[in-house]
Amino acid sequence: MATDIIIHDKKDNVGVVVIEKITPKQDCACWIMEDDSSTNIQSVDEIPLGHKIAMVDLKEGDTILKYGHDIGKVVKSIKKGEHVHVHNVKTKKW
Amino acid sequence: MEIPKSFLGYKRENGRAGTRNHVIILPVDDISNACAEAIANNIKGTIALPHSYGRLQFGADLELHFRTMIGTGCNPNVAAVIVIGIEPKWTKKIVDGIAKTGKPVEGFHIERTGDIGTTMKASKKAQEFVMWASEKQREECPLSDLWISVKCGESDTTSGLAANPTVGNLMDKLEPLGVHLCFGETSELTGAEQVCANRGATKEASDKFMKTWSSYNDFILKEATDDLSESQPTAGNIAGGLTTIEEKAFGNFQKIGNCKFIDVLEPAEEPTKGKGLYFMDTSSAAAECVTLQAAAGFNIHLFPTGQGNIVGNPIEPVVKLTANPLTVKGMGEHIDCDVSKILSREMNLSEAGDELIKTTLRVANGRLTCAEALGHREFVMTKLYRSA
Repeated sequence: MATDIIIHDKKDNVGVVVIEKITPKQDCACWIMEDDSSTNIQSVDEIPLGHKIAMVDLKEGDTILKYGHDIGKVVKSIKKGEHVHVHNVKTKKW
Repeated sequence: MEIPKSFLGYKRENGRAGTRNHVIILPVDDISNACAEAIANNIKGTIALPHSYGRLQFGADLELHFRTMIGTGCNPNVAAVIVIGIEPKWTKKIVDGIAKTGKPVEGFHIERTGDIGTTMKASKKAQEFVMWASEKQREECPLSDLWISVKCGESDTTSGLAANPTVGNLMDKLEPLGVHLCFGETSELTGAEQVCANRGATKEASDKFMKTWSSYNDFILKEATDDLSESQPTAGNIAGGLTTIEEKAFGNFQKIGNCKFIDVLEPAEEPTKGKGLYFMDTSSAAAECVTLQAAAGFNIHLFPTGQGNIVGNPIEPVVKLTANPLTVKGMGEHIDCDVSKILSREMNLSEAGDELIKTTLRVANGRLTCAEALGHREFVMTKLYRSA
């Protein structure tokens, strides 16, 4: 069963693109690795391989969860299906 | 998959078992490399382990040097050892340390004899050792005789997505069977340090981890003119989709699955608390890390890679796996286990973990790794500070 996006953990609010790229308004198949289950999402942005997509709406100050863990904070609100990266998420370390 | 209960290894005098049967020529110091290499060239089936240090070191740095030397000789993948040093005292210290295992070991010093005379005397002993070792047979050993170390390198997004979790899946399956496991890379855990500390099996282990990590972090803060935000993650990491240092660290951390570590080891320190997972304070440079883990007694290494790190070790076989299909296609001669089908969902994590267990056991039983076949023998000493 092919997949476009991999989500590590059920708790995660982002997934990772595993095809060359996804295009805007693409219906994407998602695989939740932790329990081997499936879901889907419609993209908003073009997102390249290895980059993240928001699985839910996120507002400033929210925490990004990947691998079930806190990997940073939202610094600019993100809509479900948008690209999640350095332009809207920052480390909490510094 | 039903996991085999045993593998075919070489039983050693001290009760450990090896996955290899090497006779090594171990130079104590940089200037003894030439003699060690001459002996290994004379006597077929032996290998020299040249390196760059061992003169005018002192304090903790010298202690680490001796621990690495002695530990390398003691590793159960080594049947017998010839030690070559410039002077008698340090040579004897290493010989005596290795002799405690009960394996054949003999030291020669070059002062007053020269390279040629030393090479002649030591070659005769090396020939005796290698012919003796060649009669050793592989015997059935319990799976718990496997000591597995792990370290990742040239990581990309496929590492955190699939290759590292595959190693984690193997750990989750093998830990209950009584194997020893070891992870390291103190620097690469920055961003996940608190979650890692919480994985200590006891409060003592957690506190010891935090102390080790803080000491590393204090060093970084002291040496750096800025925080690490410009270098971690790297520009290449960001282009590949990694956003924060935490994300990178948690990708790395996937290698230990759901296991808890029972103790924190100094670099090259042999674990003494029995079966289970250990954290070792190591550099994140591949060859340095594997050299330290081998010196602590680990007898097989698992190395997940993204873009394709090619590292090997002279005594500890390094099994490489990747989930990046381009790496498999472009440099397949370096990849022992291909788990790239995870990305296309043709393989789930448990199936990938089973594949890696099968590959690990084949290598433990004697199949050469890609790195061994290609002659990768990186032996790199960790140096803590400048010499006197």
